[in-house]
Amino acid sequence: MRHTNLVGLLLAGASVAACSQPPAAPAPGAAPAAAAPAAAPADDKGPIKVGILHSLSGTMAISETSLKDVALMTIEEINEAGGVLGRKLEPVVVDPASNWPLFAEKARDLIQNQKVAVTFGCWTSVSRKSVLPVYEELNGLLFYPVQYEGEESSWNVFYTGAAPNQQAIPAVEYLMGKKGGGAKRWVLLGTDYVYPRTTNKILRYFLHSKGVADEDIMEKYTPFGHSDYQTIVADIKKFSTGKRTAVVSTINGDSNVPFYKELGNQGIKATDIPVVAFSVGEEELRGIDTKPLVGQLAAWNYFESIDNPTNKAFIDKWMAYVKKNNLPGGDKRVTNDPMEATYIGIHMWAQAVEQAHSTNVDAVRQAVGYQHFAGPDGFDITMDAENHHLHKPVYIGEVKADGQFHVVWKTDGPIKAQAWSPYIPDDKGKIANWLYPWACGNCTAAKFGGGTVTASK
Amino acid sequence: MTPRRRQLVTLVIVAVTGAVPWSTAHAGHLPLNDAIDGLASASDDTITESVAKLGALDDPQAIPALDALMDDRLRQGADGHAYLWSPKTHDTLDPLTGKVVSAPRPLKEVEVSNEIRRVAAPVLAQLQLGSPDAAVRLAAAKELSSGGAGEAAALLHRALARERDPKVHEALAVAIARVDLGSPDAEARLAALEVIGKSANDDFLSTLQQMLAPGDNGAPREPDPRVRAAATRARDAIVSHQRFVSLVGDLLHGLSLASVLLFAALGLAVTFGLLGVINMAHGEMLMLGAYATYTVQTAMHGSRFYLLVAIPAAFLATALVGVLLERTVIRHLYKRPLETLLATWGISLGIIQTVRLVFGAQNVSVANPDWLAGGVELAHGLVLPWARVAVVAFVVVVSAAVWFILQRTRFGLEVRAVTQNRAMAACLGIPTKRVDALVFGLGSGIAGLGGVALSQLGNVGPELGQSYIIDSFMVVVLGGVGRLAGAVAAALGLGVVNKLIEPAAGAVLGKIVVLVFIILFIQRRPQGLFALKGRVEV
Repeated sequence: MRHTNLVGLLLAGASVAACSQPPAAPAPGAAPAAAAPAAAPADDKGPIKVGILHSLSGTMAISETSLKDVALMTIEEINEAGGVLGRKLEPVVVDPASNWPLFAEKARDLIQNQKVAVTFGCWTSVSRKSVLPVYEELNGLLFYPVQYEGEESSWNVFYTGAAPNQQAIPAVEYLMGKKGGGAKRWVLLGTDYVYPRTTNKILRYFLHSKGVADEDIMEKYTPFGHSDYQTIVADIKKFSTGKRTAVVSTINGDSNVPFYKELGNQGIKATDIPVVAFSVGEEELRGIDTKPLVGQLAAWNYFESIDNPTNKAFIDKWMAYVKKNNLPGGDKRVTNDPMEATYIGIHMWAQAVEQAHSTNVDAVRQAVGYQHFAGPDGFDITMDAENHHLHKPVYIGEVKADGQFHVVWKTDGPIKAQAWSPYIPDDKGKIANWLYPWACGNCTAAKFGGGTVTASK
Repeated sequence: MTPRRRQLVTLVIVAVTGAVPWSTAHAGHLPLNDAIDGLASASDDTITESVAKLGALDDPQAIPALDALMDDRLRQGADGHAYLWSPKTHDTLDPLTGKVVSAPRPLKEVEVSNEIRRVAAPVLAQLQLGSPDAAVRLAAAKELSSGGAGEAAALLHRALARERDPKVHEALAVAIARVDLGSPDAEARLAALEVIGKSANDDFLSTLQQMLAPGDNGAPREPDPRVRAAATRARDAIVSHQRFVSLVGDLLHGLSLASVLLFAALGLAVTFGLLGVINMAHGEMLMLGAYATYTVQTAMHGSRFYLLVAIPAAFLATALVGVLLERTVIRHLYKRPLETLLATWGISLGIIQTVRLVFGAQNVSVANPDWLAGGVELAHGLVLPWARVAVVAFVVVVSAAVWFILQRTRFGLEVRAVTQNRAMAACLGIPTKRVDALVFGLGSGIAGLGGVALSQLGNVGPELGQSYIIDSFMVVVLGGVGRLAGAVAAALGLGVVNKLIEPAAGAVLGKIVVLVFIILFIQRRPQGLFALKGRVEV
């Protein structure tokens, strides 16, 4: 982000007239006039190219394949309704193969060679961190559809998944409360990479703020693809003696199957030790025998079981699409939170393009910030122009025997995302606000206005 | 304790101390029916009240309905009555008689949360204390002793008096001890501590520590010095039992991990060890075996004995693929190990992609049959899942069979002859090419059996093989190429060492330590644990 700050300062100093202009692409050595449109398609008559950057092979294929499918479905839906600006959308699907550096290469290829107007993609935070410099350098536009650890806000990214205060914090609060069982002891269990480590860091500070001592928190990590959870489950059992214990699981990918199998086989029931997961949804449960898991929890912003007309239409559309294209899994396919976030993201982008009358990234970005869309989660969902995150409702569900979720708690309405966690001392005063005069994703003072304006919380 | 539960507990106590005679409660059908219909209500409060009523009625006829409530099998018919739903036959049953009845549609599913389950579990356990089945009584007593309706001491005493089964007796005694520990009478507390010390139940550890810790005014919370001494003894007994259990647990976990490693490596020990083929597609044979299990499970509609069919099916399917591979690709590359490595790696990618196209990129669900679900409780806090026990037993049987084939049959003799000196064996009339194909088929088939076993423990997805390939090469190389006994010893060593390190170092560091250990070991002893004497280079 140092480049952004530098260029931003240059801009501020160079031209007061440009004060409504947010910082341009942080290309090193770029002249202050770098606000020139980037990556605009050459002709204005042909189809608009849209990049889809999801792993279709490798470890993440299990989760990301259905995001590619739902993106294609949404694009088809928009095209059938007449396209955008009277032009058809043309999806460009690439496969970064769960290989993090390859994500960056494919992203560069999409923007520079394919000249896509926007990209929908990434799942793991590692892949997002890998493509981030590419989008910032080339002034591309990325819609990221998965819940993540926060601590980030980019000029070039719109986050349609949940930040920690829209998922992790409410879930832990629920388990602390009377309804959730009043947990006093916490096991923070995750896969060993940036998302679980950062989330658990935030949760540890949060638990401290609620008066939980370090001796009542057990933090454990396992490698990607770990399959032997005997020792860990035995440890959880030992740790849970005496005080009510809850497990917060940020285990990602297919390690969840052996973990839940071990829990079931060792006789741990949700009523004794509830496990709340942040990366387990309907799609992940398809690969698991759910009977021993009944009552275990997950926190998301959408569940397939939410009963409202918008969601019903969304599910019907998806099932019809699966059937028409004969996708693997057939009528056993499900919808889940990141799929819903992808769906909302693509529609918001299309609405913004209509409003801006252009696919120019800078113009579209200005328009995306104020879009709203009737989400399948039952609310009118708005994009926050300040921090590029969606306002989302939070749902906590318990696993039912059929692999769906029974919602046991929800927020009254959508809540605003906190890109920077108020519980981490280092983040104190940090602000993500891309509007004038801040124009900044990670700083404590406004960029414009001579530094006299400071962030107000 | 939630107010709701307190209300429930009071009701239970009223029921017990008010001594509602068994027969009168039985005769009163109307309140029972009402309460059961109340379970199928849409309101959580009504359900909770109905559960409390059932607890007060203390009628075991309510067991099926409560059980269904806990398992999401309760439905509300259009007439407002409760029905049991059978997910297998899609029938609706009467909650009291258990007979198939036709419920007026539409049926509404009763969705319960953990909050309700936590209230219903002790009531169900209380009703089940009268069950004729000792196992059910034991589970019920354990549920009550883990802090459920602890205040219903009179009920527990009554159950204890009529209990004949020693295990249930002990569990009930522990449940009573939990109540007595809070008693104002020092003698009762002493007796409770005696029971607790004997049971070494670590649920009491923090309670005992609190008793022994100094209170706010500096004086010990437990006023009686005799009780303090007993509490110290009980605490020490629990701690030493805990230590013992975790050591035994680590060893058993290690044994179980070893069985998984051995299964992953056994097929490779045959193909790599005897033929010298660096088979990177070995992991995919495991994966195909697991998918064969899935296919059989689907074809048999999840019959409880699908595994028995899956075992030969997986063996035959993977052995066939193995023989095909050997005949079409690998036999042309016997003298070129590097090309074999690349070719088999390519084959492995091809198989993964094919499976992904046929079955989808998603993992598929292979369920443990009910006779492998759950586990056996060896000691308090140490549960050995049946699935893992079965895998250990299965790997012993398969290893013994492989040993028998290689050492005691004519085919095995030919294999060993070809391995030791191919030219000489060919001169003596052994069909070396056929032996090669069959050995490769055998190795692949064994990997397929491994896949059946792995499907019971972990994921079944296209990438299943990828996560085991490193482990299997590790075992074979460490054990000494070409030695079956070496593979067994190496798997056992790696499994146990890994599990002994893990509690202290964590899973990530544990894996690194084991890898470093292997590197050091191979440097000291490149031929592995068991060197093959006089083996001719391939």
